[in-house]
Amino acid sequence: MSLRPDLAAIADMIRPGARVLDVGCGDGALLEHLVATKGVDGRGIEIAQANVNACVARGLAVVQGDADSDLGDYPAQVFDAVILSQTIQATEKPKAVLNHLLRIGRRTAVSLPNFGYWKVRLGLLSGGRMPHTRELSYDWWDTPNIHLCTLADFVDLTRECGAAIVEAHALDDKGKAVRINPAKLTDSYMGPNLFARGAIFLLKKN
Amino acid sequence: MVEAPRFPHAMKAPAADAGLAVTFDEPLPLDSGRSLQPFTVAYMTYGALNADRTNAVLICHALTMDQFVASDNPVTGKPGWWVDMVGPGKPIDTDRFFVICANVIGGCMGSTGPSDTDPASGKPYGLNFPLVTVRDMVRAQKRLVEHLGIAKLLAVIGGSMGGMQALQWAASYPDCIKAVVPIACAARHSAQNIAFHEVGRQAIMADPDWRGGEYQMHDTRPSKGLAVARMAAHITYVSETALQRKFGRALQNRGAKSFQFSPDFQIESYLHHQGASFVDRFDANSYLYITRAMDYFDLAEEHGGRLSDVFGLNAPRFCIISFTSDWLFPPVENKRIAHALNAVAAQVSFVEIKSDKGHDAFLLDEPEMYAAIRGFLNHAAGT
Repeated sequence: MSLRPDLAAIADMIRPGARVLDVGCGDGALLEHLVATKGVDGRGIEIAQANVNACVARGLAVVQGDADSDLGDYPAQVFDAVILSQTIQATEKPKAVLNHLLRIGRRTAVSLPNFGYWKVRLGLLSGGRMPHTRELSYDWWDTPNIHLCTLADFVDLTRECGAAIVEAHALDDKGKAVRINPAKLTDSYMGPNLFARGAIFLLKKN
Repeated sequence: MVEAPRFPHAMKAPAADAGLAVTFDEPLPLDSGRSLQPFTVAYMTYGALNADRTNAVLICHALTMDQFVASDNPVTGKPGWWVDMVGPGKPIDTDRFFVICANVIGGCMGSTGPSDTDPASGKPYGLNFPLVTVRDMVRAQKRLVEHLGIAKLLAVIGGSMGGMQALQWAASYPDCIKAVVPIACAARHSAQNIAFHEVGRQAIMADPDWRGGEYQMHDTRPSKGLAVARMAAHITYVSETALQRKFGRALQNRGAKSFQFSPDFQIESYLHHQGASFVDRFDANSYLYITRAMDYFDLAEEHGGRLSDVFGLNAPRFCIISFTSDWLFPPVENKRIAHALNAVAAQVSFVEIKSDKGHDAFLLDEPEMYAAIRGFLNHAAGT
């Protein structure tokens, strides 16, 4: 089974044999891939019952819970890598969550949709209504994505949290991950903050 | 010595499979410093042990349950207490797994307990029976598992006090188990739970027919006290939501309140029924001993309260299951165990199933629990 491109990009950032915590691990596809191909010691946190059961049936170690309330229970620096894929925009307190991730893991991989993507901007500008895209397909009143941001906004948050961006990859129009210079996200009005559907960041605490 | 088990209660279904009982002449050392000699473990098995003896699953029962997990209970005549979980094609599939369930020591369904004859006096043990702990129960089960020729269990599974036993198995014999499923339990009994148990014990002891625990000698039974204990305990097994849904303020067989103390409300009549049917199958002294064993359970006690120190690098894999409306063993207590195991890098999953049925949910139809256990066991069996 092939991984979603953003997950494949995250998988490339993980070293073999690492201790990995995947927060919001879904049905465990990424963790299972990492266990099988890189021999990682993988653990997950997941809130949805069906996903938790899917992880258990895959033999994965998963704790049913959510990022907002459970990360405080984990001690500092026990994981080589912590992953938060397509989840930060759905948390109640993104800054607190990011701070926990940076505390728990030596490296933190975060992927998120880009609210600055040109189709999102165009949708709002031309239609005057909350935009719908492949990544952001919900109506405003039932979306789990309560804290959307642009990639530039997210870079600001990483600075606020005292994190350095080790790597950044933009997801292009076709969903392919392309390595980018993170400085371009905040330095230029054009560039990935306008053209990327989303991005993946590898962070570490300064 | 293997024989048919002896039950202190009359059998309503004498044709049902009564299982087996094995008596060990070697003493069973107990946490109290005393020992039991000889001692008997009554048990049931379902399915067949495979040639390399790797498919054995031990199920540990809760406070008032017994070894009749998946077949008719010979004493009550009722179906086994977990028939939707255990059987051919069920989540714990007896077509694949060899399932063992033993009555705990201190119990009253064939394993040595306070209603048995004390070899020292020739009279029923009564309160001369030594206090047993969850670890003592597990020690006795270990002897049974060895007797059956099984070096390593595929899994130990149990809910409530059965979950405590599963945890104790993992702590005492980590190399003898591959996987553990503690359900709706905790690593220690809480003050609130001890308090409820004490209410039950005091109800039994306040019954004049209890006779200082020597009721068998006087041919009496503290049925009223035991029934009250059961009624109080039963309230803790269900959620407020479930009670309200099932009974509300509905009246029992009457159009209006009676202005007397006979049971007006359906919930009263239901509790009376729970109490009355319980005394037909359970021994009052066993109730005292087993509740005490649960009260004493505190897995981390010997490790200065550090639960993660209980488990080492050889810990088996865990799937811990809890229910949102369980206020007797709330999810947070179950999760504590998961975090402790995570801290020693054990393979642990924690499942918190949405249910409004309270503590008893683990005995009821909970499809997500079935799915979790089926998936976990299948993976453990295949790897």
